[in-house]
Amino acid sequence: MRRFGWFNATSLTLGLAFLYLPVVILVIYSFNASKLVTVWAGFSTKWYGELFRNEAFLDAAWVTLKVAFLSSTLATALGTMAAHVLVRAGRFPGRTLFSGVIYAPLVMPEVITGLSLLLLFIGIGLDRGVLTIVLAHTTFSMCYVSVVVSSRLVTFDRSLEEAALDLGCTPFDAFRLVTLPIIAPAVVSGWLLAFTLSLDDLVIASFTSGPSATTLPIKIFSSVRLGVSPEINALSTILIAIVSIGVIAASLASKRSAIRGQRDRRSAVRVP
Amino acid sequence: MRRLLIVAIPYLWLLAFFLVPFVIVLKISLSDTALARPPYFPQLDLYAGWTGVRDFLSGLDLENFAFLATDALYWKAYLSSLRIAAVSTLIALLVGYPIAYAMARANQSWRPTLLMLVILPFWISFLIRVYSWMGILGQEGYLNQLLIGVGIISDPLTILNTNVAVYIGIVYTYLPFMVLPIYASLGRMDESLLEAAEDLGCSRFQAFRLVTLPLSRPGIIAGCFLVFIPAIGEFVIPSLLGGSGTLMIGKVLWEEFFSNRDWPVASAVAIVLLLILIVPIIIFQRNEQRRQEAES
Repeated sequence: MRRFGWFNATSLTLGLAFLYLPVVILVIYSFNASKLVTVWAGFSTKWYGELFRNEAFLDAAWVTLKVAFLSSTLATALGTMAAHVLVRAGRFPGRTLFSGVIYAPLVMPEVITGLSLLLLFIGIGLDRGVLTIVLAHTTFSMCYVSVVVSSRLVTFDRSLEEAALDLGCTPFDAFRLVTLPIIAPAVVSGWLLAFTLSLDDLVIASFTSGPSATTLPIKIFSSVRLGVSPEINALSTILIAIVSIGVIAASLASKRSAIRGQRDRRSAVRVP
Repeated sequence: MRRLLIVAIPYLWLLAFFLVPFVIVLKISLSDTALARPPYFPQLDLYAGWTGVRDFLSGLDLENFAFLATDALYWKAYLSSLRIAAVSTLIALLVGYPIAYAMARANQSWRPTLLMLVILPFWISFLIRVYSWMGILGQEGYLNQLLIGVGIISDPLTILNTNVAVYIGIVYTYLPFMVLPIYASLGRMDESLLEAAEDLGCSRFQAFRLVTLPLSRPGIIAGCFLVFIPAIGEFVIPSLLGGSGTLMIGKVLWEEFFSNRDWPVASAVAIVLLLILIVPIIIFQRNEQRRQEAES
């Protein structure tokens, strides 16, 4: 075992400070009483009150949640299917193209994806609104879901599925009763990823939304362009809190299920 | 039959919402605007049969691309995006490598927590993380307050709305993409190799240069492309942190589309950006394949 030297300790400390300080400062100053964001004038929660009285923000938050829920659910279904195809289907005509279009959206600049989808929606005469944002978000986040799920499917022991088929399951039942429960953690984290990607997206939503549907990032962006504002600080703090609690809870849950899995395996070995 | 359906549904979805839109972008980039709004000229008239298709094809031209080539704004924006992305990638590598290295050398029981700490910012909204720097880097920002308060400088530094702020923004938001693949390749490394190198007379630095660095190469390459490729087309960071002098092609495309409403030119900008990205994307995918083979 090598010694964990001062150099490593310093680079870790500095690195984590760099990652977290901006966010921490933002959270602290969201409780600032002053309208001048950078001058501290005592503790206050008044910006949170202002925020909850701001109809425009609440409307945008509602639209955003709706879009995120619909698109992440659709993306999880489609992405899981795509992962299944990538890992299991073997060779079929157009396979290279298929894996190409699965991975391409991951590295595609958002401005291009947004522009091309908008031109499609206009081309087929679809009015821009919640529906078009959902379609756009589903398309790019299903690729992330399929990457997450396929990395779990690759390590999955196929003989379990074959056993179910031998015992008389239909392929669909075998998937539902055997494969799905085992890959469920990956499917759930795929859904969560799709949900956060949709909550977060500014560029693609700006291209594909119409005047009837403004999402929270669009709203934040247009008000932030003019400069820092205490209300946005408060809004950011709420979002940061939700995400942090969610991620920490999810990682604790997966840790606990890993420990339980280990215990189950151990007791399974003991039973003759 | 059901098997076919499982393949067909995601396939058709991606064809309809990913590939067809690109064909449309390509078509519009070759078209001329009729009064800056659709319909564009030429239009495909399928009812006219073969002559319709021929008229359509002969109506397409490269005029918009010729315009891009002659107007200095565009190629300057492409070059400056490439330069900003390259510089930021280099800084991210220099900042990220020591972090990944320290994580890989940390106590086994600490690693999952450290990993979570590096991943957590990635889940926090990208927009908010970029925005958080606006308060820090501004004229009356926290950084200038601190530096003046300590007495290092007497006049505030101008950082916000310059390229420096853009570098900081890109490095900050994409740092986890750099750290994670490097950590993955360093974590798998067999530490007895280092002991062997030192036994054979290497200094610690030589052992790092001759053993650790080459072994982490696939991680470095993956991390660099994961930062470089999305940084080229970045829009949010240059428009919030950059200034009027910051030229990036993502911003140009956005303005061409939303402010100038010139959709054919915006489409041509997108097509050229795509052509620029194809080479790094292919190199990246080759590297990923090799990395996966090395893992299994």
